[in-house]
Amino acid sequence: MRKVIMGNHALSYGAMLGRAQVIAAYPITPQTQVVELLSEMCADKILDAKFIKVESEHSAMAACLGASLAGARTFTATSSQGLTLMHELLHWASGGRLPVVMGNINRAMAPGWSIWSDQNDSLSQRDTGWIQFYCSNNQEVLDTVIQAFKVSEKLLIPSMVILDAFTLSHTYEVVDVPKQAKVDKFLPPFKPEITVTPDDPHAFGGLTGPEHYFELRYKLQKDMEKAPALIEETGKEYEKMFGRYLGQVEEHCCDDAELILVTSGTMGSTARVAVDALREEGIKVGNLRIKVFRPFPFEKVRNIFKNAKKVAVIDRNISYGHHGMFFQEVKSAMYGHDHDLPIFGFITGLGGRDITPSTFREIAELSLEKNKPEEEIIWIGVNR
Amino acid sequence: MIEIRFHGRGGQGTVVASKILADAISKEGNYVQAYPEFGVERRGAPVFAFIRIDNKPIYDKSRIYRPDHVVVVDPTLVEAIDVTEGLKEGGMIIINTDKKPEELKFPDKYKVVTVNATGVAVKHKLGTMAAPIVNTAIVGAVVKLLKLTKLESVLEAVREGVPTKPEENASAAKEAYEKA
Repeated sequence: MRKVIMGNHALSYGAMLGRAQVIAAYPITPQTQVVELLSEMCADKILDAKFIKVESEHSAMAACLGASLAGARTFTATSSQGLTLMHELLHWASGGRLPVVMGNINRAMAPGWSIWSDQNDSLSQRDTGWIQFYCSNNQEVLDTVIQAFKVSEKLLIPSMVILDAFTLSHTYEVVDVPKQAKVDKFLPPFKPEITVTPDDPHAFGGLTGPEHYFELRYKLQKDMEKAPALIEETGKEYEKMFGRYLGQVEEHCCDDAELILVTSGTMGSTARVAVDALREEGIKVGNLRIKVFRPFPFEKVRNIFKNAKKVAVIDRNISYGHHGMFFQEVKSAMYGHDHDLPIFGFITGLGGRDITPSTFREIAELSLEKNKPEEEIIWIGVNR
Repeated sequence: MIEIRFHGRGGQGTVVASKILADAISKEGNYVQAYPEFGVERRGAPVFAFIRIDNKPIYDKSRIYRPDHVVVVDPTLVEAIDVTEGLKEGGMIIINTDKKPEELKFPDKYKVVTVNATGVAVKHKLGTMAAPIVNTAIVGAVVKLLKLTKLESVLEAVREGVPTKPEENASAAKEAYEKA
């Protein structure tokens, strides 16, 4: 069914169609509508789930972990300050191998107090052992939630489905909402091998000495390494049923591109507009939108860069004292493979400053006129 | 692609108007993107909503800086802000007022159309006399003036999209559509 819905509600519909069984969440701008709609769905019995109101995001994640351990499919959503308050428990989710799926609305970290978009909230959680999906439109948000349940539950690794504040969270777009019966065929119920319930109590996550802990972490990494192939396979299976393939990256005009822009989130959608306009002028530019940041699609990226002459990575985030975080990953992908490929690192759009087609035109022109980057970070649109 | 900017005041249903318009347009298979001003809305303060319409997927997620048309839900805004900012030459200004276009002081390069949406809303008892809810009447007029979609789609979208009084709102949209 075609429906005009906001990005936040695309998350809610994804959780509903995925038949989440326990939802524990705390409201925060710009995420609030996600859980508002889910609580209505629970109250109206459209969704047969236990909705747990909590006093903080830390408790929200704690409730999700308990429910997931008991064998329930579990969903929550948060943003920015809320996500970072969960930080300790994000490690618990992945370390405990609990496949919680969480929506996160990318909102800049305070201070100054901001409700607008950048990626520093989720990217500062990159080493917590969660799979991270970055979305660029509302259809992709809904489809990704459903696939995230499947991928997470196969690997027993939690997933974050991430969208930009306002630019997606509050933007209404036409979305095809799939039929429940069809989604049920794609996504079977969650049946973990090991559960801990009040009727069958066990200790979980207790003291683990040096003789065991190392192996647990080794196994987490080994399973994380299975994610790229699984995400591709799940995407193809979804495409067969619903006509939309997700996968790890989206390529637009990359094949013969002299310059490939590397983007993520909604700016990765806007970049297409700039690429099409530049192509009409005969400038060979392409756009590679990274959809999965963790695990990073190293192999995909290397393959796409095979014929590239130059690469420009655009980050809506910064690792202070270093670079933009997608830039770091892209450089690391090419290490030992192509040392001569010039890779330019741009930072723009922090705290919700708009990223427009002309932002990408400026970036493309700057990258094309230089043989190699002359600065570690090239700032776009900042008043110095 | 058509890009439209809505001007209203917080509490008037300006954002809901853009959502209903998006619903109506999507019913005939077109692509549409609608979003509010990205910020904290306050009752009575100037608010904006934006809408993009196209017959192919819309990839541009940036804000609208050069609208094709503007819709002014609250005429007193004209004294507070420049509602024509960035408006393309030849663009239409659709404004809710009981005045005639020639009584309003807009530059000649724009096409000014006045719609008495407040009168329609009061007649159909939407909101109160002091604070009528004019958004559904506005949507009816905008769809007709800009030839965006069929009246039936608008009425369907209005009935589905308003929190109360679906029939009264649909009648208001219909009357404004027919008068525009």
